[in-house]
Amino acid sequence: MSEVKKRVPAVEGWFTMDEEQPRLLGSRCKSCGTYFFPKESFFCKNPNCAGAEFDEVPLSPMGKLWSFTNNCYAAPAPFIAPDPFVPYAIAAVELAEERMVVLGQMAEGTEVGDLKAGMEVELVLEKLYEDDASEYMVWRWKPVAA
Amino acid sequence: MADEVAILGVGMHPWGKWGRKFVEYGVKACRDALEDAGVEWKEIQFVSGADTMRCGYPGYVAGATFAQALGWNGARVASSYSACASGATALNTARMQILAGFCDVALVVGGDTTPKGFLAPQSGDRPDDPDWLRFRLMGATNPTYFALYARRRMEIYGATESDFAKVKVKNSRHGLSNPNARYRKEFTEEEVLGSPMVADPLRLFEICATSDGAAALVLSSMEYARKRATAPVRVAAISTVTPQFPSSIVELPDIATDSAYSVPVPDNTFRGSVATAAYTEAGIGAEDLDLAEVYDLSSAMELDWYEDIGICKRGEAEKLLNDGDTTIGGRIPVNPSGGLACFGEAVPAQAIAQVCELTWQLRGKAGERQVEGAKAGLTANQGLFGHGSSVILKK
Repeated sequence: MSEVKKRVPAVEGWFTMDEEQPRLLGSRCKSCGTYFFPKESFFCKNPNCAGAEFDEVPLSPMGKLWSFTNNCYAAPAPFIAPDPFVPYAIAAVELAEERMVVLGQMAEGTEVGDLKAGMEVELVLEKLYEDDASEYMVWRWKPVAA
Repeated sequence: MADEVAILGVGMHPWGKWGRKFVEYGVKACRDALEDAGVEWKEIQFVSGADTMRCGYPGYVAGATFAQALGWNGARVASSYSACASGATALNTARMQILAGFCDVALVVGGDTTPKGFLAPQSGDRPDDPDWLRFRLMGATNPTYFALYARRRMEIYGATESDFAKVKVKNSRHGLSNPNARYRKEFTEEEVLGSPMVADPLRLFEICATSDGAAALVLSSMEYARKRATAPVRVAAISTVTPQFPSSIVELPDIATDSAYSVPVPDNTFRGSVATAAYTEAGIGAEDLDLAEVYDLSSAMELDWYEDIGICKRGEAEKLLNDGDTTIGGRIPVNPSGGLACFGEAVPAQAIAQVCELTWQLRGKAGERQVEGAKAGLTANQGLFGHGSSVILKK
């Protein structure tokens, strides 16, 4: 039996590695309160705001499906497709508090035929790909069991 | 209203997968446009090139590349890049030179040679580039985004896969006789719905391919045109506006939208604002149009455009399509050229090709795909990173 591989984020600083209750990490302008994901750290992008200071904030772990799709062919590099390939779903999810839409793959095993806009989804962490040393983790959206 | 400039000549190299250098396609298009205009290459005072990112350094300096290929004539050059809107930006650059009085006659050109398959980001590890990250972290291709918009139409307006397929059927009929179109085959709804699913609900025959091709225009001041042509087609507007914060529709290649926490979402969509700016500049409205060429990157996206350019209300695009209003012979034909469905996309040439089609239509020289009595037309186009364009031509 092989050793358990180290789990590392597929991109640094975008989400917490808390596997039970993961959160996306955004930033929030200290002047106007606008949220950013991925994090903004230099200048606020609200054209009415001169803010240049931000707090790192965890984003809502739940949201509502805005739209969704199933990708039936593997994307080209730098995507690392599973072998053998299995279609993967991608969701656009509305976060109520932040008033923004965040994309992400949907959790493994999501039945696209069962999805409807407005459905509640929650953030989970799953393996995106692995190499000899590590498993690279990414955020995904998972329908909340009714 | 902006001052107008004249389109003296148009030319295209047919779209396809020819496997040759983009420069060859561009020179062919330029020579055709010059001949059409009755203007000698040596008379051209300004060359405005639309860049391609896939063909190395010559692609980044397209204006100079084409000027050299045509034989250096001392003209000033500029090269523009604004993703899929590059051709319109190159056109606008030439218009500004003319309206500012720096030149009388200019050549606008874009050409591309494309690889097979999905458009992919440039190679190398670039974890700060959203275009790289959307592929790496999600495997989100361009069709992924088109599919999200298409599914949204189904969810909120009740659009069906059959509606989307009918857009392709219509455009395939429009493009049948277009000598510059790459795909000249009539599709049935059954054939479209029988093609492989790529990004649910969009199928292979509903998603824009990448193509080789080139398009060119000879643009001049109205005064210069009066000596050369009677009643030339005129450019009444070129809109290249960017989105308004906060943009609430997730755009290529972003992973999230702006947050509307502190500023409400604007009433108009980004695509809608691109067309609105063109109407304002031209001093006309959607009701004055006789035809439109819109960017059908997917079959479903053509329906979004109907609403964005204001030829129907939100949620009524499927009815407009199914009533035959957007078919040649209908009230407001859309994509009489066959659109991207019949061309595929040759990025820097595409917005110019849209203007070529409107020019032929307004001249009454579009052959079997002629929209009878066309006097005003609009192009609409959208690309990555907040780029979009809309050009209005008048007779």
